[in-house]
Amino acid sequence: MPKRTDIQSIMIIGAGPIVIGQACEFDYSGTQACKALRDEGYRIILVNSNPATIMTDPDLADATYIEPITADAVEKIIAKEKPDALLPTMGGQTALNCALELDRRGVLKKHGVEMIGAKADVIDKAEDREKFRAAMDKIGLENPRAAIASSPPILDEEGNITGYDRGAGYAEAMRQLDTIGLPAIIRPAFTLGGTGGGVAYNREEFEQIVRSGIDASPNGQVLIDESLLGWKEYEMEVVRDTADNCIIICSIENIDPMGVHTGDSITVAPALTLTDKEYQIMRNASIAVLREIGVETGGSNVQFAVNPADGRLVVIEMNPRVSRSSALASKATGFPIAKIAAKLAVGYTLDELENDITGGATPASFEPTIDYVVTKIPRFAFEKFPGSEQTLTTAMKSVGEVMAIGRTFKESMQKALRGLETGLSGLDPIEVDGLGQGDDSNAIRKALAIPTPTRLLNVAQAMRFGTSAKEIHDICKIDPWFLEQIQEIVEMEQKIVEHGLPTNAEAMRMVKAMGFSDSRLSVLADTTEDKVAALRAELDVKPVYKRIDTCAAEFASPTAYMYSTYETPTAGLPSCEAQPSERQKVVILGGGPNRIGQGIEFDYCCCHAAFALKDAGYEAIMVNCNPETVSTDYDTSDRLYFEPLTSEDVLEILRLEQAKGTLKGVIVQFGGQTPLKLAQALVEAGIPILGTSPDMIDLAEDRDRFLRLLHKIDLKQPENGIAYSVEQGRLIANQLGLPLVVRPSYVLGGRAMQIIRDEEALNNYLLGTLPELVPHDVRAKYPNDKTGQINTLLGTNPLLFDRYLDGAIEVDVDALCDGEDVFICGIMEHIEEAGIHSGDSACSLPAYTLSDETLAELEEQARKLALALNVVGLMNVQFAIKDGEIYVLEVNPRASRTVPFVAKTIGEPIAKIAARVMAGEKLASFDLKPKKLDHVAVKEAVFPFARFPGVDTVLGPEMRSTGEVMGLDTDFSVAFAKSQLGGGTVIPEGGTVFISLKDADKPKILETARKIVASGFSIISTEGTQRYLENQGIPCAKVNKVLEGRPHIVDAIKNGEVQLVFNTTEGAQALSDSRSLRQAALMNKVPYYTTVAGAGAAAQGIEAFRAKSLEVRSLQSYFG
Amino acid sequence: MKAQDAWSAPKPTALLVLADGTVIEGRGVGALGKASGEVCFNTAMTGYEEILTDPSYAGQIITFTFPHIGNVGTNEDDIETVRMEETSGVRGAVLRTDITSPSNYRSGNHFDAWLKARGIVGLTGVDTRALTALIREKGMQNAVIAHNPEGEFDVEALKAEAAGLPALEGLDLAKTVSTPTTYEWTETTWEWQEGFGAQDKPAHHVVALDFGVKRNILRLLAEAGCRVTVVPATTSAEDILALKPDGVFLSNGPGDPAATGEYAVPTIRTLVDAGMPLFGICLGHQMLALALGGTTQKMHQGHHGANHPVHDYTTNKVEITSMNHGFAVSAGSLPDNVEETHVSLFDGTNCGLRVKDAPVFSVQHHPEASPGPQDSHYLFSRFIEQIENHKAKVAA
Repeated sequence: MPKRTDIQSIMIIGAGPIVIGQACEFDYSGTQACKALRDEGYRIILVNSNPATIMTDPDLADATYIEPITADAVEKIIAKEKPDALLPTMGGQTALNCALELDRRGVLKKHGVEMIGAKADVIDKAEDREKFRAAMDKIGLENPRAAIASSPPILDEEGNITGYDRGAGYAEAMRQLDTIGLPAIIRPAFTLGGTGGGVAYNREEFEQIVRSGIDASPNGQVLIDESLLGWKEYEMEVVRDTADNCIIICSIENIDPMGVHTGDSITVAPALTLTDKEYQIMRNASIAVLREIGVETGGSNVQFAVNPADGRLVVIEMNPRVSRSSALASKATGFPIAKIAAKLAVGYTLDELENDITGGATPASFEPTIDYVVTKIPRFAFEKFPGSEQTLTTAMKSVGEVMAIGRTFKESMQKALRGLETGLSGLDPIEVDGLGQGDDSNAIRKALAIPTPTRLLNVAQAMRFGTSAKEIHDICKIDPWFLEQIQEIVEMEQKIVEHGLPTNAEAMRMVKAMGFSDSRLSVLADTTEDKVAALRAELDVKPVYKRIDTCAAEFASPTAYMYSTYETPTAGLPSCEAQPSERQKVVILGGGPNRIGQGIEFDYCCCHAAFALKDAGYEAIMVNCNPETVSTDYDTSDRLYFEPLTSEDVLEILRLEQAKGTLKGVIVQFGGQTPLKLAQALVEAGIPILGTSPDMIDLAEDRDRFLRLLHKIDLKQPENGIAYSVEQGRLIANQLGLPLVVRPSYVLGGRAMQIIRDEEALNNYLLGTLPELVPHDVRAKYPNDKTGQINTLLGTNPLLFDRYLDGAIEVDVDALCDGEDVFICGIMEHIEEAGIHSGDSACSLPAYTLSDETLAELEEQARKLALALNVVGLMNVQFAIKDGEIYVLEVNPRASRTVPFVAKTIGEPIAKIAARVMAGEKLASFDLKPKKLDHVAVKEAVFPFARFPGVDTVLGPEMRSTGEVMGLDTDFSVAFAKSQLGGGTVIPEGGTVFISLKDADKPKILETARKIVASGFSIISTEGTQRYLENQGIPCAKVNKVLEGRPHIVDAIKNGEVQLVFNTTEGAQALSDSRSLRQAALMNKVPYYTTVAGAGAAAQGIEAFRAKSLEVRSLQSYFG
Repeated sequence: MKAQDAWSAPKPTALLVLADGTVIEGRGVGALGKASGEVCFNTAMTGYEEILTDPSYAGQIITFTFPHIGNVGTNEDDIETVRMEETSGVRGAVLRTDITSPSNYRSGNHFDAWLKARGIVGLTGVDTRALTALIREKGMQNAVIAHNPEGEFDVEALKAEAAGLPALEGLDLAKTVSTPTTYEWTETTWEWQEGFGAQDKPAHHVVALDFGVKRNILRLLAEAGCRVTVVPATTSAEDILALKPDGVFLSNGPGDPAATGEYAVPTIRTLVDAGMPLFGICLGHQMLALALGGTTQKMHQGHHGANHPVHDYTTNKVEITSMNHGFAVSAGSLPDNVEETHVSLFDGTNCGLRVKDAPVFSVQHHPEASPGPQDSHYLFSRFIEQIENHKAKVAA
């Protein structure tokens, strides 16, 4: 059937801010959907609160609403835009939930909006556990056995619940034991992070865990699931059209057995340990699931568990929408699931659509076949959340992922390991706790038994200690096939250690084909990476590039989507399919896996560079290894290399591209720290770098050089010092005096950045925090010498100490410069005071309290810096303003996290302009004029604290947010309120606010406190604050601190008596005393603000929220 | 030991020598010695055991595009050759990566040992993607595959041998893989935990003309309610009709339809004329087309994979199919009373036909799958329907 002509306009809902579990993949899918449907001539109305996305670029939709994704806001947009249809399957769970809510409220019916892609009842059937189970029963598929044991409520005479009969609940659970069987997983209902739950292997444990679980659950309820621990886990990506044609795009096998969330699992594609009979059972089952659930069109993902002992197959769940896995499957196969799904949603059938990758030689109605192995490894950020357990469970905790492609599993896995950028060059050795202390065998068992981010390394390490693959399998349940592959790598490593590097091309090729990096080989052979590279060059062993073509070379592919591998010669030379062009080319190095501090914003910049350079007539070549992103879509650039961002991998590509045409240069300034780290190696290899020179970027990072520059142009910096050793660190701290901000140089996202307020904290930092930063290889080099390890680290990454400017206002400035002219793109005023990482602060553009004079001075200083650093492209400066003085905190002569936010706020594509300036154009040719904005944009950060129970939520200089939202309005307060709503906060319109402040903040809260009382809130406080507010004439009731006995503030929060929390604190003791109250607020979803400035903005936002209903406006209308 | 010795250049222990003189080196696996055949490729990611036991591949050397072959070992249940004790006729296997230990609960044997036992010469360490591209560009060539653990080869002799091999065109390979004797088949399809069943209450009697039939075809016929009598390829129409079948099945098989057709086509024509319900697959489809007056042609690279989309005009749906053929029916050659029912969405070649006024139809792809998607299993029901309609007509 051709496309539908009865609909003209379609609304697409995005996924909102980047959070754990919903990252760039929904920008990738949403962008594809917008493009595909717009190409078909539909009017596209887009809603997404995340400004860092490509999809919210104003030219991707006809009307772009950067508004909170709440049913309220979207209802207003629907009323305004009257779309004919709503496509809810592109924006993850956020979009599905929002669409369901709109349906429930009757909004869609009222405005005659048809849901396409998935109807409400379909979503409901897939999402509702009971309905899903019934559906699976109907088609003869098994679910894991499960039961719920509830404690009946105890009612008083008026029918109020006074408690729960937990004894009855316990008895009920025991009755379920026989149906579920052992082992069983017990999860208490309504607790965060599974407190009180666990896995029971015997009856005694079952009794015990059920009892503790029922106690821990607020309503005495536990969920009991059949344990599938140790089973193999698979996913199938399925696409279906209106004619009921179903195709499997990709099968994915998890290396991690069941028990680890699929998002946290190391996975391979395609499935590697299934016979055809088993694969077809799974294929048929996946299609049957789609049909039964009723997904009429689009992509879905079905997850299975398989018992390795007998092949028993159970369905775990299905997602009736595109997902992280579908993004992975798209990148793994070259089949653009989201794009096709969008077209199917408007009525096309698969056979009517072309397969782009084969240049339309084949239709989209086929199943991709691949002739390589894809490995995905998630990246974690536990180090950002001290106190959280590094155990991988059924709740997802990873913040990003890397994908690697190799011809074999070994090659693919080793490429993925180095692509992760966690300091690994392959299966690097790792310390195993307790090893060498008498009971090695148990130490190894322990390391293998619990899945952690380093599980693959633990496996390899266990093998080095002689543990057999069989034993390892028995402990960790990783399929023996994968273990054998790792074993072979470990054996080859040993051979290289014993005999040195291969001496002939054949053997070298064979070693490289196993995926070994030059860097890893240099460590094994005790030489340098350069020497390994030189030997390879001498032997003429270099990678070839193969195309991802969806068809295993059955048809020729004109699409340059490539990966590297090492091959043996066929008819003369190893066969390379890269076919570099004769054009003028620019290579853009991407940002690699998402991590806290380096995420979608940088991918946005890289994509814009590709778009701009294509427009300017260059061949844009992208190198990246993050499967979630738009940058790794094969049609973002002219050529795409899906490769790890290491100097070896990148240089090989550059040399190949240099062989033909002209390599104009490489852009390293757009992808965050990842490509910047490669700049030096590129310069040494004589590769031209576009834009600001790496030397200037280095100058900005180098304390001594930077200080001299500031002196020269007469700008101020907070007093500071630099330490290359622990001893020197103490000395400098003494000289500067406390409080201090301390951080290691060359880090993004403020890793290990802290404010040091006392001696003890300094000690903890030097001897507690720093050791965690020591790379594996340094640790291995100086075992048992902690100070030696730290000093080795500081030798290359010295510690930077800054005097802490208490209570200063922090400002971010983004600017464009071509070496002669400077354009100030935006001055963002942080809501939170200096000392909170800029990525974690909310900020306002334009500034909301600064005087014109200060703004002019900031502009002037930024201008001076840009020219002094000879910036060609983008620059970001962070200033602090205290007592009328402006201090330069940091200069980054590269794209910064705020670029997309600024671009959307001022309506200028600054990343695109920067890319063209870097390629040689002048700023003057872009007709940029400073303009006065009639609107305000507030950026707010979004945090993953709920995923890390027990971690303190107080903000600090180390960045911990995963994403951001933008609130856009003509009024600051409303924009702030929108940013809070967009971030998922439910803004209270009344009730009780709990205020507890450190002494220094007390005078600063008065205005806020009065405002919030005027808004109809009552205040409760602990003693000190209460007395202070009362004395100032603000009515305030007292509540106990946790230490003062019950009922205390945590009880009040848990009982729902508190609707808002303002809590500022400092000092180790006070922090730990007040931690439980922040935890309680987090768990009970009570909005909390841990800075006075944040509290002030919140009070203003609430006032505005109450005073007027929030209006929605399209981004385009602000610039109309 | 010095590095020099530890890393001594590995000597190739197997070669693939193409008719055009191209020599591809690798490591030998499977049977020792040499074998010759036409080099084709298969792009399926699962089911190597089924592929290597499919008699349709007789006389061929199979290049597997998927790099990991052997990872799930082999087992007795996945063999497609009817006569277990004999080889399927596949001459050789070309692989990218060394064979690993098997990892699957159904595995009974290591793939390497299995290849040896079945006399299949194998070669690993080959850039099978490059070889596939070569086949894509130059077409399927004859070749000699040789395996010698000492790495001693007379390359020139192998080149000469490869160049001198007869083309597949004109070869009647079906005869070499067909059953020598008539037998009954009752085994039904495989079910998880149940294994294979048996058809003990057949409703219809089908004679399967064996040109190299796969087990799963016979199983699906049995599953659909048939008592199946399998007869040799050369069985005459009279002998078949004497068995009083309700329908006749024309099996898949290797080689040139024109060559095998020399004796099979007249048989098929007689069966069509007798009004017998007929169902053909692959070689059976091609020879039915010949019997109906059409022609076939040798394809450039053939279709070999498990992801081929076929459009069924009768249902207007797309099915994903297993394919394995190097000859195709020329759609334009079909007479007026024959209708094209299926077409390949990859290259538009004919994939199915039916006779407008008779219970006769056939497909080019493999509805029995094994390996591959089972989307086309419905064709077996279609055959049964035709048998039933025909029976009803005869009764009336």
